[in-house]
Amino acid sequence: MADGQVAELLLRRLEASDGGLDSAELAAELGMEHQAVVGAVKSLQALGEVIEAELRSTKHWELTAEGEEIAREGSHEARVFRSIPPEGLAQSELMVDSMEDEVQRRLQLVRGGQAEKLGEKERSELRKRKLLAEVTLKTYWVSKGSAFSTSISKQETELSPEMISSGSWRDRPFKPYNFLAHGVLPDSGHLHPLLKVRSQFRQIFLEMGFTEMPTDNFIESSFWNFDALFQPQQHPARDQHDTFFLRDPAEALQLPMDYVQRVKRTHSQGGYGSQGYKYNWKLDEARKNLLRTHTTSASARALYRLAQKKPFTPVKYFSIDRVFRNETLDATHLAEFHQIEGVVADHGLTLGHLMGVLREFFTKLGITQLRFKPAYNPYTEPSMEVFSYHQGLKKWVEVGNSGVFRPEMLLPMGLPENVSVIAWGLSLERPTMIKYGINNIRELVGHKVNLQMVYDSPLCRLDAEPRPPPTQEAA
Amino acid sequence: MPTVSVKRDLLFQALGRTYTDEEFDELCFEFGLELDEITSEKEIISKEQGNVKAAGASDVVLYKIDVPANRYDLLCLEGLVRGLQVFKERIKAPVYKRVMPDGKIQKLIITEETAKIRPFAVAAVLRNIKFTKDRYDSFIELQEKLHQNICRKRALVAIGTHDLDTLSGPFTYTAKRPSDIKFKPLNKTKEYTACELMNIYKTDNHLKHYLHIIENKPLYPVIYDSNGVVLSMPPIINGDHSRITVNTRNIFIECTGTDFTKAKIVLDIIVTMFSEYCENQFTVEAAEVVFPNGKSHTFPELAYRKEMVRADLINKKVGIRETPENLAKLLTRMYLKSEVIGDGNQIEIEIPPTRADIIHACDIVEDAAIAYGYNNIQMTLPKTYTIANQCSQEDIADKLGVDISATKAVHISNPKTAEFQVARTTLLPGLLKTIAANRKMPLPLKLFEISDIVIKDSNTDVGAKNYRHLCAVYYNKNPGFEIIHGLLDRIMQLLDVPPGEDKGGYVIKASEGPAFFPGRCAEIFARGQSVGKLGVLHPDVITKFELTMPCSSLEINVGPFL
Repeated sequence: MADGQVAELLLRRLEASDGGLDSAELAAELGMEHQAVVGAVKSLQALGEVIEAELRSTKHWELTAEGEEIAREGSHEARVFRSIPPEGLAQSELMVDSMEDEVQRRLQLVRGGQAEKLGEKERSELRKRKLLAEVTLKTYWVSKGSAFSTSISKQETELSPEMISSGSWRDRPFKPYNFLAHGVLPDSGHLHPLLKVRSQFRQIFLEMGFTEMPTDNFIESSFWNFDALFQPQQHPARDQHDTFFLRDPAEALQLPMDYVQRVKRTHSQGGYGSQGYKYNWKLDEARKNLLRTHTTSASARALYRLAQKKPFTPVKYFSIDRVFRNETLDATHLAEFHQIEGVVADHGLTLGHLMGVLREFFTKLGITQLRFKPAYNPYTEPSMEVFSYHQGLKKWVEVGNSGVFRPEMLLPMGLPENVSVIAWGLSLERPTMIKYGINNIRELVGHKVNLQMVYDSPLCRLDAEPRPPPTQEAA
Repeated sequence: MPTVSVKRDLLFQALGRTYTDEEFDELCFEFGLELDEITSEKEIISKEQGNVKAAGASDVVLYKIDVPANRYDLLCLEGLVRGLQVFKERIKAPVYKRVMPDGKIQKLIITEETAKIRPFAVAAVLRNIKFTKDRYDSFIELQEKLHQNICRKRALVAIGTHDLDTLSGPFTYTAKRPSDIKFKPLNKTKEYTACELMNIYKTDNHLKHYLHIIENKPLYPVIYDSNGVVLSMPPIINGDHSRITVNTRNIFIECTGTDFTKAKIVLDIIVTMFSEYCENQFTVEAAEVVFPNGKSHTFPELAYRKEMVRADLINKKVGIRETPENLAKLLTRMYLKSEVIGDGNQIEIEIPPTRADIIHACDIVEDAAIAYGYNNIQMTLPKTYTIANQCSQEDIADKLGVDISATKAVHISNPKTAEFQVARTTLLPGLLKTIAANRKMPLPLKLFEISDIVIKDSNTDVGAKNYRHLCAVYYNKNPGFEIIHGLLDRIMQLLDVPPGEDKGGYVIKASEGPAFFPGRCAEIFARGQSVGKLGVLHPDVITKFELTMPCSSLEINVGPFL
């Protein structure tokens, strides 16, 4: 019998019934498998309010195959007894001359649906002998639903063009959607989190009127990377332990020699109001090529170009690009990372201006609580480290470094004396790691990147709080 | 940034008051220091070598304080305390004096042999000093800090301190063949030649780092007294004969080096810090150094320099409006004794010998700002009016004539790892390694990178040039050439480059390359120039990157399209 027919039968019986009916009883009356009735109940349930079905479970005792045999044929002992011929065995020593087959009688009671007439002890003895088993039967108590009807039609799964043109959708019931299921993900590319954060920083700089500096030279001479910044030639940063030098091409081919002479004089003898470092400045040292250790070398080039343009015009510059350091590698340090740098050059800039620009910049990042600590950088004076209050760690953490470029750096370039240049920098990786909750920088940068992380990372809104980490679900 | 570790209780005793950790942290922050760690000797040993070794070690609380790299005057307890007390106006900055001895001046004579190896030397005497265990430890520790920082690991300057009462001047600083130098060095029980010592110290964890400074030189520097006793063999080791102890009363200090300016600064720092414990506080006995040209100089210099800065300059640079008198007070708190002179707008600032970091007016401006309190400065926005521009790399088009493949990679002389010996000339290996590290991810893997590569180029000032590349790979059960090709078509569509060989269009032509499977490689020509290649990777390449699936790739120089 097909599903639909069983359902129809069920509905008709239900209509005639007084209150409801039991699925197992119905199956017995119709002489069909209980499972078929259950199927019909479920398909009617899916239609909505046609019927109501309450799951009930009942326990009853059933005979096992062996139990069935005994109920029919008698117990093994009884059968042995009966098979002994009356003329006797030498040992009619069975010591009984007649017997009641108690096991058979008890099993027959169970078969007759009167298991309750047996005591608990008797039932459990039979169960141990594997003649009897307790079976749980799940049945439905079916009653009329609020939309009860004996005529049902099959549900449609989806709306089709034909239904729309014929208007048949008006009369058709539709199968409900399972809104708990997941949707199908669209085919899409995924940007690396560093790219997402970088474009946010670019956006912020552009909103603030900053122009992007060219930074397309990973290879830099020591001159632009250090000497131009008034960083002395014996400075520890210029050590092999801190900087990657080049074997090939080992030396810069050209340097702006007029300017180089002014830089040399400022280092070795002073000038422009400075005592200088008073040491023997060497051109060979300045020619040494390296992988740039900061983007400030690009800023120095940009400021030098600016100084050659007369008259001076105020500028705001920024850059975000790769730098290289001979660091000890660990979970938060790599030999290469990205630096974000902002520079403003104008007449009469003050430390207050630097702090004001930093406040605007960090406010756009969603960081409002700032504090400034005196610090030392070789090429800025005054220098200040920027700290922000971290709500999670409950302490002040360093978020950037900043300062006013030293006159010994700016004046040899040819910038006017009353022009000040304020600048600040931070790394791209650190805010990205914080934003995306990444603890190991190797998972973020380089070929060991975790692609699943790239696939799953949300878009970057620096001014919004990061999502709290998922909490452990109660076991 | 150097870290100085001081005993908390000694520090508070010297400061004349106690602080909570938070209060002291706050004071450091304000002054430009950083309370980096609160620990103890026991904790340090237990962290580094385990609890067993730490048993019995001292659990006296230590403050580890980060000091700015240019403030050599804050590298010991004595200096830190003096700096903070002056800052808090609890004491006035002491005045350091150089005095002539009652008897004969100590002489150090430099011979010309030193010229090629370590030409400079300076010297001074601390008379009637009174050490305690803590003071003595601090004295030794300061020398170590100076050696590690301003002395550039003894390469620029090396310090030797000696018990003057065990020696007899005049002293001679000369250079000799290593086999001709023989003495009993510190912490050894017998005499060795310099050659032997250099061998012994190869396994000394502390000293082995300094050997390279003189190792391959024909002559080693050495200082003798008038009886031929070796004071030291700089920059390696002192002699045992003149070693100082807690009970030493008169100290002869010599600094030798290759940087005269720094040698003088180092000497000034040591004597200003520790003359505090001399019978005549803050006075230092002069020593005479005779240079090979016969000229004599007296050390330590202990020079006080006067600088003149206008008050309105400080106000303008910081962005505050303080009276000249107030600014002078602020500077005085920073160990720079200042007073208003002249027209009432001029401030005369005295730079003491401890503040070698003050070399320009901007250094004075910074100190005024620190004393004013960075966080008290009113934040303002500059009126700098500018129009933002994004970077374009137009200059690349004319360089396209350069055949990129014929140029060479840039080599690093001190690479960190085998993987990091050249600057990359192609992006493909990085993407293939990324796939190898992500083999558990479902197929297909479609990756791209747009980044700079570096090529040697003698047309630029540094001899190398960046190119902006785009690389994409497709990794699946089938090579998917058509997918990579489709990506190229799409990129060109978006860049407004039409298909076709006409000028301005793009086309791909059969080609070959070692990375590609024969017959499955094409060269990409756009706007009449070769810009890159695409194709199915050679199985050997796939295997070498520990991959197992077919893979196709595309790499182009995007410079011409920007």
